Amino acid sequence: MSGTSLVTARERALAVLGGEPDDATLRRYLHGIAGVDAVGLEQRAAALGTRSIKTSSKKWALDKIISLIDLTTLEGADTPGKVRSLVAKAVNPDPADATTPRVAAVCVYGDMVPFAVDALGGAHGDPDDGRISVAAVATAFPSGRASLEIKLADTVEAVAAGADEIDMVIDRGAFLAGRYGLVFDQIAAVKEACRRPDGTSASLKVILETGELVTYDNVRRASWLSILAGGDFIKTSTGKVQPAATLPVTLLMLEVVRDWHLATGQRIGVKPAGGIRASKDAIKYLVTVAETVGEEWLQPHLFRFGASSLLNDVLLQRQKMTTGHYSGPDYVTID
Amino acid sequence: MSRLAVPKTYKLYIGGAFPRSESGRTYEVVSASGAFLANAAKASRKDARDAVVAARGAVAGWAGATAYNRGQVLYRIAELLEGRRAQFVAEIEDAEGATRAQASAQVDEAIDRWVWYAGWADKFAQVAGNANPVAGPYFNISVPEPTGVVAIVAPQDSSLVGLVSAVAPALVAGNAVVVVASERFPLSAISLAEVLATSDVPKGVVNVLTGSPAEIAPWLASHADVNALDLVGAGELDWVDLEFAAADTLKRVLRPEQGPDAAAPTLDRITAFTETKTVWHTKSLK
Repeated sequence: MSGTSLVTARERALAVLGGEPDDATLRRYLHGIAGVDAVGLEQRAAALGTRSIKTSSKKWALDKIISLIDLTTLEGADTPGKVRSLVAKAVNPDPADATTPRVAAVCVYGDMVPFAVDALGGAHGDPDDGRISVAAVATAFPSGRASLEIKLADTVEAVAAGADEIDMVIDRGAFLAGRYGLVFDQIAAVKEACRRPDGTSASLKVILETGELVTYDNVRRASWLSILAGGDFIKTSTGKVQPAATLPVTLLMLEVVRDWHLATGQRIGVKPAGGIRASKDAIKYLVTVAETVGEEWLQPHLFRFGASSLLNDVLLQRQKMTTGHYSGPDYVTID
Repeated sequence: MSRLAVPKTYKLYIGGAFPRSESGRTYEVVSASGAFLANAAKASRKDARDAVVAARGAVAGWAGATAYNRGQVLYRIAELLEGRRAQFVAEIEDAEGATRAQASAQVDEAIDRWVWYAGWADKFAQVAGNANPVAGPYFNISVPEPTGVVAIVAPQDSSLVGLVSAVAPALVAGNAVVVVASERFPLSAISLAEVLATSDVPKGVVNVLTGSPAEIAPWLASHADVNALDLVGAGELDWVDLEFAAADTLKRVLRPEQGPDAAAPTLDRITAFTETKTVWHTKSLK
């Protein structure tokens, strides 16, 4: 876990901004960032999506995708049983093939964290050790429309229940109204709420909900803002709003992460979520990551896919590669 | 001033759309006398995979439609074929080198067979199903249900009637079809697809691939999401190997047929792609 403490993050923000992170300073800073060349961005993303990945590279890519998945269930109808079967699938994605890697994490609502932790048992831990983390969405997901107290309580409860990662949503209304200081303070406060009594801290993913930010310029500003405020990961979407993750938006966020790394040496993660259903699309994301921030980012602490149906498609492709014939939905679980 | 002819591009029919082959390949279709007729798409294994995905997505809706409704939809295809008669006659004359009378007779036969199968849609269950006597106060009823996705290698020596004779019976019970058309005579198959696209058949229920059956059939035979395999037109292929491949996933297989009676209309062709479901139900509780 990248445990950047709030103090250093805040100090760094102060140093970058040259003043207190209030509305005026942040506005001056974020609006001073060069605008996005939308045509160039989409062209670059489209070009990165044309690579032909075959045989051994594809096999590697499929396994890599599985190891980067946050296997997700975020439905009003989630039950403890549904979470248990999600965990069973996360631990053993393809029961017919023991060489299949495990996913990085399971992603559930805060109140489902105890069931996920319980179901994982000894498999609960750091993806680097071959174990599976528990990520919880918090802060009045997906709309983010609640008071700060409620958002913080939501976060504290999930962390206390054993969540290793918190996926928070930013207040898009405040962001679009230009209340950058408020958004900054909320992210910083949630980051503080991620601390555990023993001094360690849950990793914080900041969901920008790019589908509601409307422009690429806003996505770039929100990415900088989230990183300045102490986010460990920036995540595209909740999955509840269309459009969710797209390749151009993810490329744009990766560019911010790259620039931040060049400026400060700190590595921030990126998580595209929502709408990535096919292995072919996921491979395009791997290419984009490798070409933008480097292959170093293709590890669970720096890149994730937020997905549910993607895993089944990857398993079908994997079965095709191992058996030599096309597989079908009868050979993977019904989620 | 002479007019420049506008030749037609014949593409695949997958999921209700007419895409080119994913591979970008085409092959030349020539007339009986060797003259160039058209470029047809040469489907790849990925086109076959896409077609199976489209067919799988269409099974629930088509199988879930009432038998009466399926019959009406199939009958309407025959009506539309009748309206396009001149086009099919001309295509068969060009492709097979047949006389106008022979071509007309083939189109007539194709339409008649289509009507015959359409009529079976709400009747075959009465013939193939049964009320079984049991030792208790129960109804015990066996009904034929569609198998699912049926892959077909269409008869290779005919433009239209062979294709119709293989596709129509599979549709009657509610299966979705992926059919590999005749390699030499693929143009009528795509024209039939245009009829299907403008009829009431839901997209994905019929998918037409043109190209080399020898190349595509093994992928369909081994595909785990294909439920049955009709090898009626696979006589020239290594069809025993196709049967082996199909056995791995327990597919129903129909073997190749040769000669003028190949794929003759029978009730058996309908029931070949059904599974019998038997249900118990209590008789009146007094």
